[in-house]
Amino acid sequence: MNPMVQGLVTIIVGVGGCVGYFYFANMVLDRVLYPASGPNAGANINKANRIRPWLFLLPAIVALGLYLVYPVIGSFYRSLFDRSGFNFIGLGNYSSLIADGEFRMSLRNNLLWILVVPAASTFFGLLAAQLTDRLSWGNIAKSLIFMPMAISFVGASLIWKFVYANNPDIGLINALRALLGADQAVDVLQIPFWNNFFLMFILIWIQTGFAMVILSAALRGIPEETVEAAVLDGANPFQIFFKIKVPQIMGTIVVVWTTITILVLKIFDIVYATTGGNFGTQILPSYMMAYMFRDDGRATAVAFVIMIIVLPVMIWNIVQARKEMR
Amino acid sequence: MATVKLTDVGKSYGPVEVLRDINLDVDQGELVVFVGPSGCGKSTLLRMIAGLERITAGTLEIGGQVVNDVPPSQRGIAMVFQSYALYPHMTVRDNMAFGMKIAKKPKDEINRAVENAARMLQLTPFLDRLPKALSGGQRQRVAIGRAIVRDPKVFLFDEPLSNLDAALRVATRIEIAQLKERLADSTMIYVTHDQVEAMTLASRIVVLHGGIIEQVGPPLDLYERPANTFVARFIGSPAMNLFEGKVERVGNATAVRLPGGGIVEVPLPSNGAQPGEKVSLGVRPEDLTVRPDGETIYQGQVSIVEGLGEHTLLYMDRTNDDDAVIAKMPGVQRIERGATVNLNAPPDKLHLFDERGLSYLYR
Repeated sequence: MNPMVQGLVTIIVGVGGCVGYFYFANMVLDRVLYPASGPNAGANINKANRIRPWLFLLPAIVALGLYLVYPVIGSFYRSLFDRSGFNFIGLGNYSSLIADGEFRMSLRNNLLWILVVPAASTFFGLLAAQLTDRLSWGNIAKSLIFMPMAISFVGASLIWKFVYANNPDIGLINALRALLGADQAVDVLQIPFWNNFFLMFILIWIQTGFAMVILSAALRGIPEETVEAAVLDGANPFQIFFKIKVPQIMGTIVVVWTTITILVLKIFDIVYATTGGNFGTQILPSYMMAYMFRDDGRATAVAFVIMIIVLPVMIWNIVQARKEMR
Repeated sequence: MATVKLTDVGKSYGPVEVLRDINLDVDQGELVVFVGPSGCGKSTLLRMIAGLERITAGTLEIGGQVVNDVPPSQRGIAMVFQSYALYPHMTVRDNMAFGMKIAKKPKDEINRAVENAARMLQLTPFLDRLPKALSGGQRQRVAIGRAIVRDPKVFLFDEPLSNLDAALRVATRIEIAQLKERLADSTMIYVTHDQVEAMTLASRIVVLHGGIIEQVGPPLDLYERPANTFVARFIGSPAMNLFEGKVERVGNATAVRLPGGGIVEVPLPSNGAQPGEKVSLGVRPEDLTVRPDGETIYQGQVSIVEGLGEHTLLYMDRTNDDDAVIAKMPGVQRIERGATVNLNAPPDKLHLFDERGLSYLYR
């Protein structure tokens, strides 16, 4: 079929299907199930109105159930089987994960990422938001800081791989070292333990822009009079910032922090594209990737661990975001 | 000691001059009200006294000391904002104590000051609440309490009642008047666009318009002896009626010929005015009376009657411009729409303004 025709048919079927669903579902409810006539008309209208919201929710619930709830349960079920997918081994995948030194290292690295990246991104974002607010060229500065957001994680990783390159002619770090008189180039991505922080820095570089934009909007939402009242009360700029401004945007700070935390728990591309998880930089998602397609049982077990770690952060994030919206 | 003295004060934003030649002496214990229409510069002037806006010309003295370049917190002032400006994350107690905490005052001194202010404003039961758990009136009382705790030489109020509903506004206005009585020594400067607030609270009113002071004086002086047509129409509600006319005879009294042909003798000296000069005859709506005959200031057809019980407003369409002539009669009046009435006023209630709008009183 001609792609144009195909698209048109899809639109008509999709939109028509939606309209048709709501039209006929409501018709059945109002005419057949609880008709607004006869001796119980009033009661019927009330009953129909109590059911109606569920008619509207039904498609979304079905879609979410199919694409979110089923995969979660399915993954968990799959994680109870061995690599062949036929032999039930109970929690065997989980116990062998705990026994694996590389898994424990990934877990530790992931914890480091969770501690450092959201904190640093939020801190730098807040700093940038506050500092650029009063500058005449603040908007240009903001655009520059925000720009990394538009780069894919893999692209950013490649850029930073050049910065970190083990060659003073390519790598900025080694060029600086050479300028200061070092005659041996180093590969910063191979320095044990600290290389984790060089990788984290890439994500901080990307996420600072996000934090800045959200926090900048929040800072602008602070009533100017409260700041003026603090000036009259004798507060200095630091006191105004930490005692008046930051407490007023605490809700937004928490939302930014938790949003970045969730993102950090999903990050995989940066490690994969730079060190491939070598030199002690493995994190859970890249560890999972190492087993994917080779031992799906084990990979799904890792996925499940990640989900369990993300869940409480996500719940807190949603609770805070809802509070903010009120 | 807590006097406020403004000498040739001006404010410009680049080439735009928003205030100029402001000269004003506020004595200790006075409550001076800045009043004027939106954009007249009254809030800017208050913010300049507070130190939130830079003074671009002239000098400001508080307590005999030039404070043009003194930071706001050291000017000995406290300000109450229109939007309350409470710190939303702090309890009422912390809101009031913040200034003293910043100044690192001893704890017991802070507690004493906060509790005194809370008692004065009946806020004691609310000390541990957050501002969001208070009503508008309570919030504004907290803002006033925060000002009291600072024990300032000068209180500044920036339209403190504008965000309150009508009933609460009256109640809070009375509270501010009582507060002024209790703090008799403190100087207060109060900004409002509501002339009722100005008339009821002020010991003196400063009428601002277009960035300059139009007139300064006690409320009733401004009502009885306005210096120009702007003050005349701004103070009093409904606004003063102005009738265009020409000087007919000069002398110790000035006779004015009105467009209707009638001649009115105004007991004000002409002070050099020439016959034939254009003048405006001003009569307040409440000074107009309906007469079946006799000398007439204005004859017109009643187009709207507003009976409010305690008084009745008559609107008469003028023939020569869009401004309606308004008469305010006491009590209930049996005047029908469409009736033709003659309006008159006692001679001592007449105001006379020259072509530039300046009163003959001050010539």
